[in-house]
This record gives sequence, structure tokens and C-alpha cells, in this order.
Amino acid sequence: MKKNMNKNYFEVLRPGINSTFQDNGRNNFYHIGIPFSGAMDNRNFLLANTISNNEINNPVVEFAYQGPKLKYTGENISINVTGDVNFKIIRKNKNLEFSCYENIILENNDCLDILSTNRSVYGYLSIGGTFEVDYYLNSCSTNTKAKIGANSGEKLKKGQIIHLKNIKKILPKNKIEYLNSKIENIRIIKGPHFDYFSKDAIDSFFSDEFNVTKLSDRMGIRLKGPKISNIKNTNIKSEGLVKGVIQITADGDPIIMLSDHGTIGGYPKIGVVISADYDKLVQIPPGSKIKFKEINLKDAETIFKLYEMETQNLISNIK
Amino acid sequence: MIKNISNLGDAALYCDFGTEVNKEINRNVINYFNNLRDSNFLGITNITPSYNKLVISFDLKLTSFAKLKKQVENLELKKNNNSKNNLIKIPVCCAEEFALDIKRLQKLLKINEAKIYETFFSKNYYCYMTGFIAGMPFLGDMDKSLFAKRLETPRVKVPKNSIGITEQFCNIYTFESPGGWNIIGKTPVDIFDNKKNTEPNLINPGDTISFYPISKLEYEKKYE
Repeated sequence: MKKNMNKNYFEVLRPGINSTFQDNGRNNFYHIGIPFSGAMDNRNFLLANTISNNEINNPVVEFAYQGPKLKYTGENISINVTGDVNFKIIRKNKNLEFSCYENIILENNDCLDILSTNRSVYGYLSIGGTFEVDYYLNSCSTNTKAKIGANSGEKLKKGQIIHLKNIKKILPKNKIEYLNSKIENIRIIKGPHFDYFSKDAIDSFFSDEFNVTKLSDRMGIRLKGPKISNIKNTNIKSEGLVKGVIQITADGDPIIMLSDHGTIGGYPKIGVVISADYDKLVQIPPGSKIKFKEINLKDAETIFKLYEMETQNLISNIK
Repeated sequence: MIKNISNLGDAALYCDFGTEVNKEINRNVINYFNNLRDSNFLGITNITPSYNKLVISFDLKLTSFAKLKKQVENLELKKNNNSKNNLIKIPVCCAEEFALDIKRLQKLLKINEAKIYETFFSKNYYCYMTGFIAGMPFLGDMDKSLFAKRLETPRVKVPKNSIGITEQFCNIYTFESPGGWNIIGKTPVDIFDNKKNTEPNLINPGDTISFYPISKLEYEKKYE
């Protein structure tokens, strides 16, 4: 009993739809086919760790749509949830409601039930401490396709135990007011194969709406809308991709590459989503409509600077 | 030499080395890749070589397109940077249960099975790039007599470690994955080892690969 005082763990009662451990991602391995991965919504990831007084690159649990239900065993621990998320804590058969972006004290035998994300996709769970996870190539980010990273490259599974370490003795009380804004207009920069498409196709690409389909995940968002007809070639010699690239498939449908994307691809690239819009892009749920708007590189760089200043400002306002 | 550098979005450089696919252009791409890996230019997060392009992504918090473009343009190339490239021998078992498309190929190419394998094993192949899925090498060039189209309907699941061919290229499926290449055999060697924390890839861009046939018995022994 005395020896095992710091046995702190979660038991996964329900894993949720797509719950994985993530951190800042994995750099420098595209050339061997390993994508960046990492938390999809970087701002909400940073806020989660900052509210917990953690190192900025500490592992978090990322969940999509429906999150996990976790039973806690151990000494008091602080947790927080970021994103636009509905969750509750069940303590001695009572349902307790809390808000996102604030530290909550979890007690022995409490049950954290992350019910759903609201009109968004991803949310984050951070603890005042560290999830005990495996690292692979300098990151714990789980990539379920290559089966690498934390949890042997797998999603959370029902019944599994998640061990915790470095539990903070002084429980942080930080919180911040933050409202996730939504976007419908995605700003993009022209891609290298812009001239593969007819003028009519380009016109409808920028003036018509596209539906975000259910075939969207951490690898990419598949869109349906007007067919973007190709006047040159529906294939190119395969070449490198980056997050946010919009490829047009042979069927004329756009696919936006996200954090777990294949590192090379053979479809023409009509454009690339600007870095400043990425966190909001990934949060657009299936069933939504989006539109594309073209901007130039200079403007994209300025908008990113502003976005980054806003993020830093949020972080410094956390108390 | 790089023909043109443009931006791929706001956080990547798109370096164009030409439109054809050949070893000479690709060696140039890989030479830049190796030199850039040693350069330590601030902010580079990934460098992705392919047949005739090089994509360099960067952290927009640390650098910018204009800054990095200038650095890449002024990069002094060290010549003997191909020491990193190896000759790797890969055993292949061509037993019926692994050679999923050999019958289709005989019909398509109008040559018999023995001739297909004799031709396939007689050449060395050059690794143009790796990727799409972790560790998958894109190798070439095939002998002209073996140029075959992809399957009309791609397989939903190609077994892990299958050897596939299409047009001038062959590859190795490092994971079970969807795919449309013609499968002619299977290797007992793991090309991507997700247990290895350093250099999990057996084959890297610029390497030379020679395949050699093994029997089913040897295949099973290697697996033990």
C-alpha cells in the first residue's frame, strides 16, 4: 500500500471514435514516408498544455467527435479539456458539469466522460502530469497507418490502462476564456498545377460551395461539389506533399491533405491552404459547406504572423 | 541543377529539376537532398525528394519562403555525397500464393512466367524515392518487356512485403495497404522496421537494389 502510493492511472471504459496520443509532431521523416502527424489543431493543443502548466510538447489525448470515458484511480490530479467539447465528471453517482479551458481536480474513482465535440471535430485532454507513453523518432504522436508512436501506434482501446507519472503536487488553477471561431471560407495559395484546369473549372472552384464528406479523417478531407475538370493530365509524376495541399483526383474531386497524409502523391495540386487557416480547417465537421478564396503569399505570411501573435497572446493570458 | 523554385503554399519550397523521369535528374535531386540535410538551414522541417522534384517544408515561425529560397539557391554542393547510398540485396519468393498477378502478366505481356522472372532478376534497380506509406521504395527502371499497366481495379489490401511492378517501376509494399501494382512475389525481409528507432528504412533514395529468388522453404526459414 505505502510503496504503491503513486500508482495513478486511467482505465478506458469507452475509447471513443478516434482517440490517440499526440504531441507537436514528428519532423524530418517525410523522405522515408513518415508524415508529420501531431495534434491536428495546434492552438488547442498548446492551450491544453499551457493550462496544465506542462512543457509545451507534453503528450495529450486527442479525440474526434466522441471522446473517451475514463475511470481515474489515484491521488488528486488536475485535468483540462480544450476545444468545443461537451463533457462531465461522474463523482459518487453525481454528474458534475465543467467548462473547457479550465483546470478541474479529478479525485480517486472519478469518471471523466467526454461526450462529444460541438459542431467541430477535435478536442484535447491534458493532465497536470504526464501520460506514460512510448516515443518513436522523437515524438509520441500516434500514426495508426504506420503503427508507430504511443500505444504501439494504435487508437485507445476499451479496457486498457493508461499510466500517469510526474503528477503535479501543486494543482494548477489556470483558466482562460476562449471561443473557437468557425470558418467557411478557406484561404488558399495557388498550387503548382493551377494551369492543369480549365478556366471554367477554376471559376467554379472559387465560386461554388463544397461539401465536407464523411470520408474525412486525420489523413485528409474529401470534398464533393462541382467536378473540377482537368485539361492536361489527371496524373502527375508522384512528388512531395505538405499539410494543406489540395489535390484534384482523377474523378475531379478535391482532397485536402491533413497531418497524417501520404508523403507523396500523384494528383495535380490546385492550391494549398494557408498555415493560419489550418487549425480551423481541421475542425470543420462532415456535412459542412466550405468555399475557397485565393490570396497571395505576402498576405498569407502577414495573416500567419497575426495568428501566431494571437496564439502567444492567449498563452500569456492564461493564469 | 534546380530549374525553378516556387512556393508550395506559405510554408514550403517546390524545387523543379525537370519533367522527365531518369536517373541523372533524380541523382541531382538526391544530391541536393543530402546536401540540404547537412546544411542546418534554420526552420527546415522536412525535405521530400521525388523523381524530379524536391519539396522543402519549413516552420513559418522561424523562416520564410524568400529567405530559404535564397539559401537554397546559394547552397554550395559538396560533390561526394553519394557515400550514403548502398547496394542492398532483397530475397523474393515467387511461390504461387505470393505471385498474385503473374498469370495476368503472362497474358498482358505475352511472355511466359520463367522469362518474366529471368528478366526481372537480371537487373539492378535504382531507388528514386521512398514514401507514400512509410518506407515504400519506388524503384526503376524495369526492362521494357515488363512494362505493364496497373490493375483496372486496385486491390483493397495488398499483403505486406509484396513486390509490385507497373510501367517502368517496381516497389515493395512495406505495410498492408490498398494498391494497384502487379504483384509478382513477396520478400521475408521487413523493409520498414517500426521497432527500430534509428533508420527504420532499409532502402533509401539513391540506393541500388538487386532482387534474388528464394524457395518457399528458404522464405519460411527467413521468417523464423
